[in-house]
Amino acid sequence: MARYLLSVDGAHTAVEAWDPDMPLLYALCNGLGWHAAKFGCGLGQRGTCTELVDNLPARSRLLKMSDAVGRRITTAEGLGTPDRPHPVQAAFVAEQAAQCGWLLHQRHGDVRGRLVDPHAQPPTREQAQGALAGNLCRCGSHDRVLKPVVRASGQGRA
Amino acid sequence: MVNPNAVRAQVEGNFLQTLSRTLHEATTFDRNRVTSVDWASYPLPRFTEVPLLEIDLIARRDQPPLGAGEAASSPVPAALANAVCNATGVRLRSVPFTRERVKAALG
Repeated sequence: MARYLLSVDGAHTAVEAWDPDMPLLYALCNGLGWHAAKFGCGLGQRGTCTELVDNLPARSRLLKMSDAVGRRITTAEGLGTPDRPHPVQAAFVAEQAAQCGWLLHQRHGDVRGRLVDPHAQPPTREQAQGALAGNLCRCGSHDRVLKPVVRASGQGRA
Repeated sequence: MVNPNAVRAQVEGNFLQTLSRTLHEATTFDRNRVTSVDWASYPLPRFTEVPLLEIDLIARRDQPPLGAGEAASSPVPAALANAVCNATGVRLRSVPFTRERVKAALG
């Protein structure tokens, strides 16, 4: 069985697997026990499995584990801590922007990856809607989620 | 209301989910099987089509607390159907109000 060295949330960690084409998602939530990584539709269609790979949002269900070697993977667990949440996480808490919460961590990734730039103007509602268009919400928290996106932008640590 | 923000969240969720049901959602079949089997073939609204929501809560302190769940969903299809009827004179009676159904109803 081959060993793959992955960098997840700042920690270097080894995963053993028979199949180099195994999705990164499986390595995260099965082999490594990273609970922020979520299995949703299993097809990469809904956004549940979004993590940051080299600071850009990527569907970890669609990324081969072997292709993730040598790249910096950030899950929601690596964005901040309960004591020092990332501005995106703090904004989501302040706006109480969740219903079922299944996509919550992945939205953090989408928002952090696409929108939070300390030097940019805060996005308009339309820009925030576009950035989250690939995030299929089933519980109707859309309007609630758009508020912290605007709130979190331009707050640094991006 | 015990938690007005949670009530608001419930109203938002029920409204948006019923808006989705009213405009988009239906399981599709062919002769043998269900054909809407994933999120590419079963329609859901995207963030890009979600309207701005304005919700007014009425505090009725003399009333006992009740659940704030599905009650907000019931008026959504009726309100949309009324709006279509008001604009066109045609009454839609089956959801979802897809483009094809609306066109067929308009003749």
